[in-house]
Amino acid sequence: MARIVAFLTRTRAGKGRMDWTDWVTYGYLLFGIVLMFGPVAWLLLSSFKTGAELERFPPRLLPVAQDTLVVESYDEPLPLFKMIAGDQEGRTLAQIRRVGLIAQMVDPAEPETRLKVNVADREPIERIAFAWNNYTDLFERLNFPLYLWNSTAITLTATAIMLVINSMAAFALSKYKFRGKLTVLALVIGTLMVPGTVLLVPTFLLVSQFGMVNTLWGVIIPGAATPTGVFLLRQYMITIPDEILDAARMDSASEWKIFWRIIIPLSAPAIAVLAILAIMWRWNDFLWPLIVLSENDKFTLQLALNSFQGEFLTDWEKLLPATVLTLLPVAIVFMFLQKYIATGIASTGGK
Amino acid sequence: MKYTRLIGAFMLSAAFTAPAAAQEIRFMCNDEPFCKVLDDLFTGFEAENPGVDVVTDIVSYDVVLKNLPVQLAAGEGPDMARVTDLGGLNEYYIDLAPYVDRGYWEDSFGDTLDWYRVGADDDGIYGMHGDFTITGAYINKTLFDQAGVEIPSADADWDTWAQAATAVAEATGIEAAMAMDRSGHRIAGPAISYGARIFDENGEPILVDDAFQEYVQKFVDWNNDGVMLRDVWAGAGGGSYRDAGAEFINGTLAYLFSGSWQTLNFDQKIGDLFDWQVVGSPCGAGGCSGMPGGSGIVGFKHTKHPELVAKLIDYLAQQDVYAELTSRTRSVPAHYGVAAAGVDYQDVSAPAAAALNAWGAQVEKLSPIAFAYQGYKNNRAMFNITVQRVTQAVVGEYSVDEAMERARDDLATVLAETAK
Amino acid sequence: MLKLLNPIMRLVEIPFLLVQKRLGIGMTAWLFLAPNLALFSLFTFLPIILNFSYATTGGEAILLRDRPDVGFQNFGNLLECENVLDPSSCRNDLFWRAVWNTVWFVVFQVGIMVIAALATAIVLNRKIRARGLFRGVFFFPVLLSPVVVALIWKWILQRNGLLNAGLESLGFETINWLIERHWAFFWSTFISIWAHMGFYTLILLAGLQAIPQDVYEAALMDRASPWRCFRRITLPLLSPTLLVVLVLALIKGVQTFDEIYAFTGGGPGSATTLIMQFIYETGFGVQPRLLGVAAAAAIMLAMVLIFLTALQFWINRKKVDG
Repeated sequence: MARIVAFLTRTRAGKGRMDWTDWVTYGYLLFGIVLMFGPVAWLLLSSFKTGAELERFPPRLLPVAQDTLVVESYDEPLPLFKMIAGDQEGRTLAQIRRVGLIAQMVDPAEPETRLKVNVADREPIERIAFAWNNYTDLFERLNFPLYLWNSTAITLTATAIMLVINSMAAFALSKYKFRGKLTVLALVIGTLMVPGTVLLVPTFLLVSQFGMVNTLWGVIIPGAATPTGVFLLRQYMITIPDEILDAARMDSASEWKIFWRIIIPLSAPAIAVLAILAIMWRWNDFLWPLIVLSENDKFTLQLALNSFQGEFLTDWEKLLPATVLTLLPVAIVFMFLQKYIATGIASTGGK
Repeated sequence: MKYTRLIGAFMLSAAFTAPAAAQEIRFMCNDEPFCKVLDDLFTGFEAENPGVDVVTDIVSYDVVLKNLPVQLAAGEGPDMARVTDLGGLNEYYIDLAPYVDRGYWEDSFGDTLDWYRVGADDDGIYGMHGDFTITGAYINKTLFDQAGVEIPSADADWDTWAQAATAVAEATGIEAAMAMDRSGHRIAGPAISYGARIFDENGEPILVDDAFQEYVQKFVDWNNDGVMLRDVWAGAGGGSYRDAGAEFINGTLAYLFSGSWQTLNFDQKIGDLFDWQVVGSPCGAGGCSGMPGGSGIVGFKHTKHPELVAKLIDYLAQQDVYAELTSRTRSVPAHYGVAAAGVDYQDVSAPAAAALNAWGAQVEKLSPIAFAYQGYKNNRAMFNITVQRVTQAVVGEYSVDEAMERARDDLATVLAETAK
Repeated sequence: MLKLLNPIMRLVEIPFLLVQKRLGIGMTAWLFLAPNLALFSLFTFLPIILNFSYATTGGEAILLRDRPDVGFQNFGNLLECENVLDPSSCRNDLFWRAVWNTVWFVVFQVGIMVIAALATAIVLNRKIRARGLFRGVFFFPVLLSPVVVALIWKWILQRNGLLNAGLESLGFETINWLIERHWAFFWSTFISIWAHMGFYTLILLAGLQAIPQDVYEAALMDRASPWRCFRRITLPLLSPTLLVVLVLALIKGVQTFDEIYAFTGGGPGSATTLIMQFIYETGFGVQPRLLGVAAAAAIMLAMVLIFLTALQFWINRKKVDG
């Protein structure tokens, strides 16, 4: 036992036992996990609950559903209750219908006799059960593979285009001296200050002029030249020593080769970061696709899941699984790219 | 090689190129169950007109409300749509008059045709009112029974209802006695029942008058006394919509002022948890009026097939098709012929049938002011102003006087801007 | 994989070679800029120019040719105020409420977030087990879409939510978190910090890792306290990174929209209505669509941001020079 404690409390530096700062550190990290993952885990658990269970207060941790049984001469499975008081105490009955405080029940063994009982005299027979039909219902209503394909097509194409043209521009703005450079740079940084949301209408009118409404290109093209991307990459490329470029020029490499063979590989961490950010932006993009794409067969996943938001209803039972479905792909990408995200952002932001 | 092939296939994928069927009609629709029924009815039309393909695009309500107008202004958008901003989009509608039997349409739809027109001298036929909705209240009858409180009579006023509901809440220990959807459309009915005129003698909108303010004052007080569930109105800002349907379904409300569209939802969700009942609109000096509403199906001018679109809408307007639509969507018909013949709602439960009948009986109580308000082209702006300013009074950012003064100023601004 | 791209690259190289030979290296820079600049001009810069046209026209028409010229009336109306500190005295009270909400929101959000991010970065920079995992944990919320962030927290904070259940089981009164204006504002700030802190934490972590270890070891020899180490070594050496973080956090903070809009809808009343929501609702969200007023507000917002950013860089330059 003592050895286990010793093992657990051994610090990586190996300088001995944990001191108070280590305890504070791990306490903080534990708190961090609960705070950062807890809400998402709660969402995930809740998305498997039935409508009745969602409305329950106080909520229970795990999804629970009532047992049901198909009783002779009734089409639908009936919910089961255990009688805890009254005349029928101890029996297991199925409910036919409830009217206010009185419920019509039936004993599954003798389906002919209807019994009237007080609802306070019984308690439901429940067990832990995941309401998978919250999800299967969604899949039935939505052409899921199509929307997934649209989302993926937009995300990948847009990210690829964005990476190529942003890194080219960043290269020009970081490694060349030419007239007008400052103006371009000022424009790029200046537009960082104008959020896209305020430009929805004019941008839509332009996209419509190009006939890109209701095409995936209408979503891909306008966002490709992000100032943020150019800015991020430029800040990184500035730190690449000019000597490397000069040496390459001595070997009479073309400017394009310098860009493609030298700058791109050297900027890989920054490009990886931008790639992750771009994937995330595009995947989560909502307001812009919502206005450009209004035909169902062009919908992205986000739009499809939003499309059953009616005029009058908020329905947690549908909203929660829909939310889980949108964040699932992001979570998977995150798990695979987690290492790069951490190291990559770290190495660009700091410069 | 594999990659290039893949990229090639990717570029050519249907998603990137707009398909060009010979006679494709795109129909934008909000509210999935309703749209599915319509889509099903379209197949009848497609069978009669070979080569025509009607595609239903189901979108969220926000798209119809916010994005569709921008799309239309840019000359984009669907060929036809199910809309709720009836008069506001008039400039884009196809006038169906040349394509349809005017007599039949006027006999069948009468007043609702006006909602799609811009002024008194406009006699175009622009849209088919697909479902007629009416605002009013539901009560949780089981809670009333449990509390032993007598349900107020049909001509009871708001104070009587508030007292009764409060008594129920106290006896049964539920969260709040009453709630009203957060919407300028919802609060308009009660205000009109209290004598609000909304328009002046010349038919110009005024929105706020003494009677309107009187009702708002009551409403704000109820929110602060805990009679009304505060969450609904105070729970949002701007013009956002909120409802208390979930609370009613949970049995934590005795009285909910909402509208006829909730019938099917309540029927499905409440099941036999408790008995519920439609009680319509409480009365006041101005009558016992709710607000009429609903959505209509319209065609847009920019379509390549105006004749076909007109024909399709006319097809839906035929009595048998319309009756099927009403019956399957459990809505109140706006078609006089269908209403007169009575709707046979298929496989509907007893409480839902009772509720639909109760809503039908409310129609005759609607005030002419309510009809005029629903048909006024800037009514959405006025609804938004109401929601915004009344909420500020509820949360205490303004007194009721100040809030109503602001509402008058807002309306003046709107009228000045729309006149430009 | 990259080899597959070689033929394409050779094709792309041709125009670059041509320009390089005929017009010199300077012009190739423009060629590199061209694709980005073309799209940028069309879909970012041109809309901004159009936005100026919208700002000086009135009415609710969407197409510019249908909109009457009103000069600077939209700006004037927004700024018309007896006392800017009291929104109720302004012609457009909602604008000023949104402005002040945004000011307070940014002060708290940026302030607390940067401090929390710094603390987290310092913790993550210690010699701990599973550092990669913990780094990921704090970064994870950054990947979530704003609407998802809002929904997750709304679900926890609603009247019958997890937090109230916890409070009740501990014997406290439950609180209607999003209905009480101060709590709604608190939680709006909180979820915004929750969602974005990880991004800044990683940037700061990189800054920390760039500080040479021997500086600390020297300080340890002098038996300097941890606090002194932080004040005298960490903070000064980290200040360039802190500047980047502050500038970015400020710009993004002022532009906060989707998550709060989906979270509280700006309510209760206008307690959490931020400036971006005002712009969105005025120009797009509700009728009548006053695109001119929204555009005017957007332009003023951008000018304030440019000024604030320039100020931060200027302060930093003075520090570096001095």
